[in-house]
Amino acid sequence: MSGNGHSEHPESAVRFGMVIDLDKCTGCGACTVACQQENNIAFRPDESNKLRTISWMTLYRLENGQDYPDHRVAYLPRPCMHCDSGHDAPCTFVCPVNATKRDETTGFVNHIPVRCIGCRYCMVACPYHARSFNWWDPKWPETMEAMLNPEVSPRMRGVVEKCTFCHHRYYRARDAARAAGEDPDTVLYTPACAEACPTGAIVFGNLKDPHSEVAELSKDSRAFRLLAKLHTEPKVIYLSRHAWVHKQSDNGL
Amino acid sequence: MDKALIPDGLKRCPFPIFALWLLALLAVIGWGVYAGLTVLLKGLNVTGLNNYFGFGLYITVDLAIIALGAGAFFSGFMYYGISRFFPQLKELGKIINLAVIIGFCCYTGALLVLLLEIGQPLRGWFGYWHANVHSMLTEVIFCITCYAIVLVIEFTPIILENRKLDQVKPLHVFGHSLHELMALFALTGTFLSFFHQGSLGGVPGVMFGRPFAYRTGFFIWPWTFFLFTLSAMASGPAFTALVCRLIEKATRKRLVDHNVYLMIAKIQGGLLLAYLIFKGMDTLYWALDTAPSFGQKLTDFYRAPYGMWLLFAELGICGVIPAVILLTPKARENNHLLFLAFFLDCVGIGINRFVMTVQAIAIPVMPFDEWAVYVPTWAEWAPCVAMLCYGAVIVSLSYRYLPVFPQEKELNR
Repeated sequence: MSGNGHSEHPESAVRFGMVIDLDKCTGCGACTVACQQENNIAFRPDESNKLRTISWMTLYRLENGQDYPDHRVAYLPRPCMHCDSGHDAPCTFVCPVNATKRDETTGFVNHIPVRCIGCRYCMVACPYHARSFNWWDPKWPETMEAMLNPEVSPRMRGVVEKCTFCHHRYYRARDAARAAGEDPDTVLYTPACAEACPTGAIVFGNLKDPHSEVAELSKDSRAFRLLAKLHTEPKVIYLSRHAWVHKQSDNGL
Repeated sequence: MDKALIPDGLKRCPFPIFALWLLALLAVIGWGVYAGLTVLLKGLNVTGLNNYFGFGLYITVDLAIIALGAGAFFSGFMYYGISRFFPQLKELGKIINLAVIIGFCCYTGALLVLLLEIGQPLRGWFGYWHANVHSMLTEVIFCITCYAIVLVIEFTPIILENRKLDQVKPLHVFGHSLHELMALFALTGTFLSFFHQGSLGGVPGVMFGRPFAYRTGFFIWPWTFFLFTLSAMASGPAFTALVCRLIEKATRKRLVDHNVYLMIAKIQGGLLLAYLIFKGMDTLYWALDTAPSFGQKLTDFYRAPYGMWLLFAELGICGVIPAVILLTPKARENNHLLFLAFFLDCVGIGINRFVMTVQAIAIPVMPFDEWAVYVPTWAEWAPCVAMLCYGAVIVSLSYRYLPVFPQEKELNR
């Protein structure tokens, strides 16, 4: 049975985070496709209206604004930042029904679709546009329904949803550790996006473990966070050696 | 046909004319109900909302009419609460019934629109059951419901004053007893309304990821908390006076003393000036300190179609001009200027609520994100217009069958 780390281990030293190396990212979109498949993200026959699509992992195209031959492009995959600011994430702070909460043991910013009333206050509060609303009932072609991931509930119309860092994989790993007689608190796992990335641009792990790859990369001189000035303290950290990319990470940096 | 129900000694238009008027209003309400059912059955995809604009026309109209409905709480506070210290405020008794009725229409109407606003209307009760005490919206949900109940209690004795109902002795006694307790309810309503008007201001003010809306403040309350309350106090009674004047124009009768309008004008003028001073300080502090600390400047926030003109319209045309008119004795003596000032005051508050909800989220916070524009659809306009017509139906029925204006008989002899 999947456990909730929060009630069991309030003093846990785990803080899951993600590092995305933009110098390695080719913009192939494998992370977004893997995320879509893993998390049963619904789609519409016509997805041309990007303001109504559901995307847990959006791929932004950044440009340096210069003409050829100095023109440069970078791609920025944007999952939920799982904000870690002291006075809570912008979204959890405002939800009137406690449908979105931060698990203080793991650092996941969770969302409970069956409790969500669809007021969309969390979407409004999130500066990263990391949340999507289910404007329609989810529908998949009949043959695709058989391929839905049984570990992730499809969300109904009228609720908000967002990236969960594939936390179902974490709970599966904990269950496996328990079954093997190991300590479930020490388990690591890989979200679908990181697993699918062909260039290894996405690294995931425990930011609180100083020896973990993700913690070491987060201290890299190329590291930056999106909108650092807002003090939302994202647990998603980007890497880039290009000053023009850094410049686009924060207003007026 | 319905003469037996009309208050004794008062004249009303022939029933067929009244019925036609009601039919016209009901037709619009029917359109709104159709739109509402469409939203409930098909979902919010029929609106113009999207993942950028989670808040739109519904929220703007809710916030605006709740501010304008503040005439009920603030007039009640002045009449039942502080008139013992300022006896001249007793004059407000001549318009207090209308203020309560308008407040009732605004709050119940807002609740109806809120039902459409959420993606899962059947889970509306989660707001009470799974309440997050840190969320400003929770405070809004609780206070708006409680205050709507208080307004029902305040409206009940007015209904029971109907000529026929008053003849039923138990109802007469009940209504009379409620009247005796009205000060208690009015002050309870004041307390509730103060907090929920403030919490509505807190909704944008606490969003620390949204530099346009976010405000620093006092303890847990952002400055918008206090500004929303003050602006509601500065516009609610003006809206009551405006509606009263509309009824006077439609019925070609005088319903309240001119002195009542002048008193409201003085109070509104003073409050509006105070609001403008605090709002000006807030805007300056936000523009010069808060926003730059997030790496943004004032001009980042005002782009077409939500340009700088909105700021000038809100604070200049609909703020400074009505404040000057209302505070200048000669100007407010002029009926045209007086009601123009009341009108501008109400429009200004509406713009403020729009700016703090819709414009606040049009601005891309991430530098590489896009500026978006929101256009409401008919499915959003129809319920909002229908809600106004619902208010008009309640006010029309009340005016026809209830003794709303105690001075009417004497002023129209």
